[in-house]
Amino acid sequence: MAVPILKQSKYLIATIQSVLTDADLIQLRDALVDRVGKFRSLGVIVDVTSLDVLDSFASRTLRDLAYMIRLRGAQTVIVGIQPEVAFAMVQLGLTLEDVATALDLEEGLAYLDKQTRHGRRAP
Amino acid sequence: MAGVPLEYEKEVRVPLSSDIDLVTARREGRMMAEQLGFSASEATLVATAISELARNIVNYARNGEIHVSLVNNGDKRGISVVARDHGPGIADIKLAMQAGYSTSGGLGLGLPGVRRIMDEFDIASERGRGTTVTVTKWKRR
Repeated sequence: MAVPILKQSKYLIATIQSVLTDADLIQLRDALVDRVGKFRSLGVIVDVTSLDVLDSFASRTLRDLAYMIRLRGAQTVIVGIQPEVAFAMVQLGLTLEDVATALDLEEGLAYLDKQTRHGRRAP
Repeated sequence: MAGVPLEYEKEVRVPLSSDIDLVTARREGRMMAEQLGFSASEATLVATAISELARNIVNYARNGEIHVSLVNNGDKRGISVVARDHGPGIADIKLAMQAGYSTSGGLGLGLPGVRRIMDEFDIASERGRGTTVTVTKWKRR
């Protein structure tokens, strides 16, 4: 199931559904990297609230996504990592490294607003 | 695996041939863990372990299966996951079990990570014959 991407003013919001295959995630990464240019977006929010497993592949792909978006001059924030998912990631030794995270969509928007306050793109 | 033979109560078999099957395998494992009364965190660990094992199969062996079952050992109850394939096998298990080792360009956290989050871990592999990984997580009392 392809992940819907919503354009909201200067940001793109992608809300991941629970049934997410590896191919869907790769497709999401490529679609976001493309649309950041098409819509001249300053920021991207990936909402993983309904994701019940974030394994090594998903972690790596989200990290790649954020780095690719940064190379395109925009910011990424991952929101909605559930407590059990965070627990499993730590137990497995998975990390998103320096990728920004926020509690939920609202916090994610606040983070992007702060980061892009003067209409700046990624530093 | 534990020395005492395990009594199999219930089992589900998920054939694997593409990344869509990973979703099914994860869901079956989570459902069984919840049925046994695992906490949400423990059920997530089981589902995550299944995801890693199933992906190894799809990536390296193309086809295989995940077998999830409820198991007993004395008064302990748990979930056992068997990931079996008839793929190329693992040349050097010791090396594959080292964190950071990967032949797929991944992080190499798959197998060592699974061993860390499950209570029991067993791997058998033969070159050209396939690999079987058996892991168990016991319910915390």
